[in-house]
Amino acid sequence: MRLDVKKTYKLFIGGAFPRSESGRSYEIKNKRGQFIANPAQASRKDLRDAVLAAKNAHPGWSGATAFNRGQILYRIAEMLEGRTSQFVDEIVATTGVTSSVAKQEVSAAIDRWVWYAGWCDKITSVSGNNNPIAGPYYNFTIPESLGVIGIVAEEKDSLIGLVRSLAPIIAGGNTSVLIASQSRPLAAVTLAEVLATSDLPAGVVNILTGIKTELAPWLASHMEIDGLDLSGIDSIAELRVSGAENLKRIHTFEKDVSPERILAFMEYKTIWHPVGI
Amino acid sequence: MSGLIDGSERSLLTFLENLPGVDKVGADNRATMLGTRSIKTSSKSMAIDLAISMIDLTTLEGADTPGKVRSLAAKAVRPDPTDPSVPSVGAICVYNDMVEVARKYLDAFGGTQIPVAAVSTAFPSGRASMAVKIQDTKDAISAGASEIDMVIDRGAFLSGRLMEVFEEIREIKEVCSNEAHLKVILETGELATYDNVRRASYLAMLAGADFIKTSTGKVSPAATPSVVLVMLEAVRDFYRLTGQRIGVKPAGGIRTTKDAIKQLVLVNETAGSDWLNPNLFRIGASALLNDLLLQRMKLKSGHYSSANYVTVD
Repeated sequence: MRLDVKKTYKLFIGGAFPRSESGRSYEIKNKRGQFIANPAQASRKDLRDAVLAAKNAHPGWSGATAFNRGQILYRIAEMLEGRTSQFVDEIVATTGVTSSVAKQEVSAAIDRWVWYAGWCDKITSVSGNNNPIAGPYYNFTIPESLGVIGIVAEEKDSLIGLVRSLAPIIAGGNTSVLIASQSRPLAAVTLAEVLATSDLPAGVVNILTGIKTELAPWLASHMEIDGLDLSGIDSIAELRVSGAENLKRIHTFEKDVSPERILAFMEYKTIWHPVGI
Repeated sequence: MSGLIDGSERSLLTFLENLPGVDKVGADNRATMLGTRSIKTSSKSMAIDLAISMIDLTTLEGADTPGKVRSLAAKAVRPDPTDPSVPSVGAICVYNDMVEVARKYLDAFGGTQIPVAAVSTAFPSGRASMAVKIQDTKDAISAGASEIDMVIDRGAFLSGRLMEVFEEIREIKEVCSNEAHLKVILETGELATYDNVRRASYLAMLAGADFIKTSTGKVSPAATPSVVLVMLEAVRDFYRLTGQRIGVKPAGGIRTTKDAIKQLVLVNETAGSDWLNPNLFRIGASALLNDLLLQRMKLKSGHYSSANYVTVD
């Protein structure tokens, strides 16, 4: 007979796993109403710390070569693969699907991640351009990362929903603050453990668990955030208004997977360069 | 000589040796405990403005240029150009050769009331002959400095030549006479124990310091809450003994609004509210000002602001 080693589900901020500054946690239950776990309930101060960590991580991450970012994303996929059984257990526990369905979701998530890893060093050449102009100049247009992106993850698809939102954003060189699915946050916490062990610089991804309606307004009004993926929120009209204050790019996505999701959080920069000198 | 000592080496040593030791665990606990005080919104807003008015806005880099000092001066006068209700800072603190530039631009930008503090006496190490240190101080004062931040000779202090340190401070004080305020930098990070911090604080006060300052900012640890607590206790007790109010200036490592407010709580709870005033308490900092401004914006607008809305240091 051995005592269970129970896991504490904590936040992921700046590469560390703190509890909420507020000391709060909340209860999640499965479909039959049985208790599963007590994840941390993040406060707006945790969110502020996460944004600061993401902001500080941005110069390093966006300045890394695209090839290097691709390698790190691929490394994350390797680590995801090694955690398959843990993800399967958590998906089964929170959603009540069979383990073969859960296994399919995990495999699909890893495949998506690898697909985005491949895009890191291709997106600039595919969507950038050498523009024809009437003058003695080279004229290039290239996409660059936007900055810090806030994500409210999809509520239902706990793991694959995270991957769909997160992978394209960091593939483009952005850093992020992600609010996990409120009812199914376990996969997000485990994903944090994967990220912490895959050479991803601290602060590039920060993951908060908690009450979405409490955190989202602070995310939307935070002036340090440059874009929002609000796929996990049903009514975003008010958030759009507060996000307009500093012209955030605000998107919601269907379950699509495309390079457009990378470009949604990049901005084009055009450079004129004299020729013939 | 404040009546506590008669000016002889023997009376100084006896006085300093008879100072009670600092209870390290107790001091650390008290400083930590005071750091957990919750400050409510209206008090916080008052504390932020007070902290801004107490800042010695500092640039002490080898790479300082007149251009940088100019922008520092502009920021000292109007920390947030979009909001005239933000107070000016307490002083600006520069190296000796930048004093003239700093004074010129402060006056040009409407900051005639803001003093210029110069770091002096072979800052930051203090390793030079007395003649050089005196000349250093004279230069700063003739260039327009009205506050002198001198460093003590930590080597002399640690090897027990306390009278030498005492004489050094006294001589610089003579040079300053009525023209400049004297702040004595103890460099607590090099003094090793809290007992030494207490002794050095008294030594400086007895020798005529107007302010005692924790650190140069070049050594870590710098202004830890416990060290500031020990120094505040020293000025409080010195006031009780002599009726003289000496100021305290923590410097180095205070970067966030939270740190600054913790310092203000320490002041209020240790020395008392008389010290909550830029004439008796200053904070040596550079990055802190931006964080205070961001917190001020947050309180005003209700949402978190961004470093894009304050100047780059």
